Amino acid sequence: MSDFLKNILGSKGETESGGSSDQGTSDLPTQPNSSPVNSDSNPNSSNNPTRFNVGLVNSIGLQREHNEDALFAMTTYLISNNSSLPFGLYIIADGMGGHLHGEKASEVAIHAMAFGVLTKLLPAIQDLSGEIPSDTFQDIMKEGVQAAHQAIIEQAPGAGSTLTGILLLRDQMTIAHIGDSRAYAIDTQGNVNLLTTDHSLVKRLEELGQITSDEAAIHPQRNVLYRALGQAEMVDADLISAPVPNSGYLVLCSDGLWGVVPDDEMANIISSANSPQEASQTLLEAANSAGGPDNISVIIIEKSS
Amino acid sequence: MKPVMNTKQSNNSEDISLQKGTRLSDRYLIQKTISTSSRSTVYQARDLLFPNVVKLVAVKEMVNPAPDSVDRETKVKDFERQVNLLATLSHPSIPRIFDYFTQGRHSYLVLEYVQGETLETILSNSPGFLPTEQVIQWTIGLCEVLQYLHSHQPEPVIFRDLNPSNIILDQHNNLMLVDFGIAITFQDMEDGSLSGTQGYSPPEQYQGEVSTQVDIYSLGATMHHLLSGQDPRLEPQYSFAERPIRQINPDISPDIEAIIATAVQYQASDRYQSADEMKSALLEMIGRSDSRQLSPQFDAVIPIPDNTIQPLWTFTCADEIRGSASCDRGIVYIGSYDNHLYALNIESGKMHWKYQTEGGIVSRPAILNDSVFIGSEDNRLHVISRRSGSLLWTYYTKGPVRSSPFAAHGHIFLGSDDWAIHAINISGGRGIWQIETSSEVRSTPFVAQDAVYAGNESGEFYCLDFRGGIKWRYKTKRAITSSPTIAENLVLFCSLDSHLYALDAKSGYLVWRFKMDRGSISSPCVADGLIFTGSIDGNIYCINLNTAKEVWRFQTEHQITGSPIILADRLYCGSVDGNLYCLDHQTGQLRWKFKTNNPITATPAAQDDMIFIGSTDNQFYALPADASG
Repeated sequence: MSDFLKNILGSKGETESGGSSDQGTSDLPTQPNSSPVNSDSNPNSSNNPTRFNVGLVNSIGLQREHNEDALFAMTTYLISNNSSLPFGLYIIADGMGGHLHGEKASEVAIHAMAFGVLTKLLPAIQDLSGEIPSDTFQDIMKEGVQAAHQAIIEQAPGAGSTLTGILLLRDQMTIAHIGDSRAYAIDTQGNVNLLTTDHSLVKRLEELGQITSDEAAIHPQRNVLYRALGQAEMVDADLISAPVPNSGYLVLCSDGLWGVVPDDEMANIISSANSPQEASQTLLEAANSAGGPDNISVIIIEKSS
Repeated sequence: MKPVMNTKQSNNSEDISLQKGTRLSDRYLIQKTISTSSRSTVYQARDLLFPNVVKLVAVKEMVNPAPDSVDRETKVKDFERQVNLLATLSHPSIPRIFDYFTQGRHSYLVLEYVQGETLETILSNSPGFLPTEQVIQWTIGLCEVLQYLHSHQPEPVIFRDLNPSNIILDQHNNLMLVDFGIAITFQDMEDGSLSGTQGYSPPEQYQGEVSTQVDIYSLGATMHHLLSGQDPRLEPQYSFAERPIRQINPDISPDIEAIIATAVQYQASDRYQSADEMKSALLEMIGRSDSRQLSPQFDAVIPIPDNTIQPLWTFTCADEIRGSASCDRGIVYIGSYDNHLYALNIESGKMHWKYQTEGGIVSRPAILNDSVFIGSEDNRLHVISRRSGSLLWTYYTKGPVRSSPFAAHGHIFLGSDDWAIHAINISGGRGIWQIETSSEVRSTPFVAQDAVYAGNESGEFYCLDFRGGIKWRYKTKRAITSSPTIAENLVLFCSLDSHLYALDAKSGYLVWRFKMDRGSISSPCVADGLIFTGSIDGNIYCINLNTAKEVWRFQTEHQITGSPIILADRLYCGSVDGNLYCLDHQTGQLRWKFKTNNPITATPAAQDDMIFIGSTDNQFYALPADASG
């Protein structure tokens, strides 16, 4: 059982786990167009087979010396009660702490969370008789965040990281979020809906009416987070469960993307691209042409049925 | 010449904490780790310089993250300067500093060891609110030590991280500020982590503006936490004004609330300008009340007179009303334990007809076209003409019917104490299928597009398709008597095992569950992204549909065994305490309550700005929905 997970998570460069690669997407073995997950093959599947197509990019950007972003993306299906359900787990982490600690923090956080979540869901992945796990999705994600927090404290003390993760099961998503990486939902018309709240000081000041959103964008403390992994005694992640629309996109990205590419440009690029992978590449180019001041990461999940 | 540290050195850049039994600086024997944070680790150690006694000390270890030696050199010097400053402090609430030294990338501070519990621990161990007088006395003591620090020469010392986990009540009942060295840490990282603790830190602290006002804010935040039980780290920042303490802890006087509010003002200039000023305000307030009585009489809540709500009409049955009513086209239909189903005019309460079954009716009628469907404890589903009240046909099950019928797609779906879920074709007047479950089905089935959902008395929850096939099942630990509902792809239901469950409606995966204090036989209802339900613990709960977090709860005086309903922006729910409550659904504030003479176990019904509720006092009441107190 644990071999299965070790093969996925054990060392760097494994299936769709974004490590600290310095250049674009060349290290990542993703070929999402050739392996969409669907339940067509199962005769007992429901009427509308749902598919997840995934594209991702993880880049150091143009100005940084280290890549402190880390990604995890896994798309498969769970078998339960004679039906197969498209399942995905997608996580993004943006480390902070300078001097290699940020890089380590995001890396250990991603692996701890992915491992924690998958271990709980493993019976449903491996066991064809379909044992439903007794923990709730929200609890599983919450414990994953806790594990990530603990991992940073033990292995990269003094460093911190953001963490935003989505657990997708056909048309239900559960998001765990802490920090200022973001999750968006984009519908087929190109409307952008921000699903998470930035845990940044400037966001809070904006909510209180102390500054405007334009002021927030250039505020000298716009990087200051009041909630992040590894930083305080307790970690308190936001947890949201909501239905996923039938078609559209979910986007996970670090502030290296949303901080330099406006939402509508992002939506435009995504909906006009031929595939999520092409969209991620175009987004990277857009971020770089805006200067590429930070590490740039994005995971795009296209849901179609 | 500093002795070599006798611990395992790791070769990589990670730092391992000191092991028990390590001798630090050849003098301090590490006994155990007291606490770890991202910035430092604190150990309990024994000072071996005094071999004949056990002298305990606290050793705080900090890592200097600066990589190159020039930067580190600067930081070490800065650290030592601050230590020197602290070494000159002498106050009963401040642990003394005995020693400091730096070894490689670690710097150590050796402090007086304080034995006792932190205020955070005391608060979490306390079943109810902490005694107000005690918290005030503590606050006065903290003002005194802050005043001492802030007026220190040659420069004021600002604590910067005041919060309940940094204050220990020692074995002499004296307050001690511990983790004092927050003032002594290496400079925080450039990319924006913080000094201070989120929730207790004022806004200007993030900008690096540290003044004595920072400590005043933190003291106010600490006081708020201790008196309200609400941890500011879990609430939106700077939201103290939105959570006035008297709304949470009724024992707090307006004076105390005002003092806390001043201390946590957003602008530093609006707070108390000194700890002394705050202390004077506290002392004056104590002096004002009679002989140490610091909290006023419980007069915060203006009692709402019960008799201002007048029913529009009432109808008397021969026995209890335990079920709920249904309204349709000007008529309200209600069943009673006196075996009858009544059809009453909504406006006047005049009886149009009554229909007699052979068993008690405890469920809710369903109305479709010209038929009224009702189950009875006589084992039957009765189908009655809406107009005349005469029987059209019956359907027999093998046990009393306590579940309410649900009409959908030309069928009636019904549970029965015969353990089955029945599907009955309406036009044909006959059963299509029945699914045997493991126990009585009292929950009303809920039908969504292509599935039927119901729970049973042994805690099993079923999702069936229209052909009677089982799509999935979920087992809880105790009975599911209440009826499910569906919102945003989740099927929601309560169980006697104290949980409200949210399962993915298609697959049956458990997305989240919410724990109440006791079991529930209420059916949840949903409005505006909020879920409302009641529990045997007497509370009406409001839970956010997406985050599964409690938004509010309202305590009644006895169990809630019926279910709430929502009309416009109000929630209506009856309680075994005999009252029908009307609450604002967003905030849970009481608008009015109406007292009946006996427990209410039914769920209210609403139509056209009227609320209908039956009670076990045999009366059926029609109340105005808009009544105000």
